[in-house]
Amino acid sequence: MALPAFAGASAPATGRGGAARRSGRVALLLLLPGIAYLLLFFLAPLLSLVMTSLQSPSETVFGQYDFTFNWANYLQVVGQYGEQIGRSFLYALLATVFALLFSYPLAYFLGVNLRGRPILQSLLLVLVVAPFFISFLLRTAAWKQILSDEGLVVSTLKALALLGPQDHLTGTPIAVVFGLTYNFIPFMCLPLFTTLERLDLRVVEAGRDLYGGPFTTFRTVTLPLSMPGIVSGTLLTFIPAAGDYVNASSQFLGGTSSTMVGNVIQSNFLVQLNYPAAAALSILLMATILVIVGVYVRRSGTEDLL
Amino acid sequence: MSGQNQAGLVLGQETGAELGEPPRRPRRWGLGAGRWLLPAYCALALAFLLVPIVYTIAFSFNDSVRTNIAWRGFTLDNWLNVCDEPGVCEAFGNSLLIGVVATGIATVLGTMIALALARYRFRFRSGTNLLLFLPMATPEVVIGAGLAAQFLTAGVPKGIGTIIVAHAMFCLSFVVVTVKARVASLDPALEDAGRDLYGSPGQVFWRVTFPLLLPGILAAALLSFSLSFDDFIITYFNSGPVNTLPTYIYTAATRGIPAEANVLSSAVFLLAIAVVLIGQVGAQARRKRLGIATR
Repeated sequence: MALPAFAGASAPATGRGGAARRSGRVALLLLLPGIAYLLLFFLAPLLSLVMTSLQSPSETVFGQYDFTFNWANYLQVVGQYGEQIGRSFLYALLATVFALLFSYPLAYFLGVNLRGRPILQSLLLVLVVAPFFISFLLRTAAWKQILSDEGLVVSTLKALALLGPQDHLTGTPIAVVFGLTYNFIPFMCLPLFTTLERLDLRVVEAGRDLYGGPFTTFRTVTLPLSMPGIVSGTLLTFIPAAGDYVNASSQFLGGTSSTMVGNVIQSNFLVQLNYPAAAALSILLMATILVIVGVYVRRSGTEDLL
Repeated sequence: MSGQNQAGLVLGQETGAELGEPPRRPRRWGLGAGRWLLPAYCALALAFLLVPIVYTIAFSFNDSVRTNIAWRGFTLDNWLNVCDEPGVCEAFGNSLLIGVVATGIATVLGTMIALALARYRFRFRSGTNLLLFLPMATPEVVIGAGLAAQFLTAGVPKGIGTIIVAHAMFCLSFVVVTVKARVASLDPALEDAGRDLYGSPGQVFWRVTFPLLLPGILAAALLSFSLSFDDFIITYFNSGPVNTLPTYIYTAATRGIPAEANVLSSAVFLLAIAVVLIGQVGAQARRKRLGIATR
């Protein structure tokens, strides 16, 4: 479309001199369509969400909402759904920690131990991302069947008396956190792998030479060097997990005691048609996530995420 | 197990050779256990990741009657008559159509932005970066609700069009990130050479730059398609009466997901794995060839 425009862009490089303005115009032409698209379909929707969150029910037409700077919506949703909001962040945090603990050794093995064997490395990497290629919903539905009361897992746990005769797995917070953890493991694993793949082993070796035991070397050398991967992996897990509503929905792994904020937003928006409440919850969710991410990124000292 | 020992040996040789140092001092035997513990853990972890996939594929062959929950015996019937289940093939077709169109839009717009970001200095650079980063840092449910609120305010009826708009939006940032990496790794000397050979700017772009970028653009398009194809949350907010495969599965989950949905997803899965494997093997072969050439 506008790629020929870029063709013109190469000209300044040949005629270096006063072509700066022209190259600026080309850059603008390249950027404009995409940026306009994002402004129109990302930023404007967020603004219309803010507007919607301040509406109150119309006094004349039933089911309609008018814009009235109704800040009370925010207080109301926090009061009404505070439990679900807190739960979402707790579940997301747990899932992130579990996914990190699960993925780090795997990523380390792929990125460090298998360096000399590129073919095995890429084959195993394909296995790590394999869940991406099958429907997220079907994977979760499969876990629901596997963890169901008739399934092997529950009967084994009951036989070992780890689960009481009346207990279930599906519909409990355990199942929801499990589902979240499983579904986001590839998102955790890939950035960890890319960081560990480039880990300079000579530095680790130096740590050993300085009489650091395996644990000390890991804690003071390997772990700090893998921080970029840990930060992007945890963000890629935490953010979508906090807003997820598939795992927690009752058709899948959740139940009434494990509803998350995503479920509340979805039911308010699509079922109860209470748009202001759904919008206020969405804005709260996004604002909280941005604050958490901002603090986290600053504290972990890796600000070059872009 | 011996394979892993070998991996450890290769590793030791590699670092040793790099440094030109005497071989590593012998490890304490406590670490000998660590040598097989990690590979064993990884084998289990990978197996765990594959459990629901194997389950889904297996149950695409289940001789199910109404619900596809208990195993009732092997059949090829679901595979041979996929479209007999009402709605599932239509949803699949919609998913393909939406994926292709949204990927087209996102790839063109995203490649242009990536070129601008990698090649030019301009004033709103950090603002542009932020605008590209934010959609990736926003929970899907917020993006979905936002777009739905906007379509509602603007009075746009929900349907395939609104789904395409939404998908192209969230795929765009991923395309930019993927292609930008490729542009950054491009050797400017190759374009200089093209210009030195009196190539016009258009010729240099289409015959040097674009072919070099193509693998990155293709990777971005594949990523974008798979994101679109599997998206549920944003789609559900903006689909209206239209079903994609994920929304079909979500709705069907209340009464039981038909085996035909497993068939279609399994087919896509096997195809995708084949494509990725071929790509990996190709890249491996190319690397080997180049490695020999430079030596």
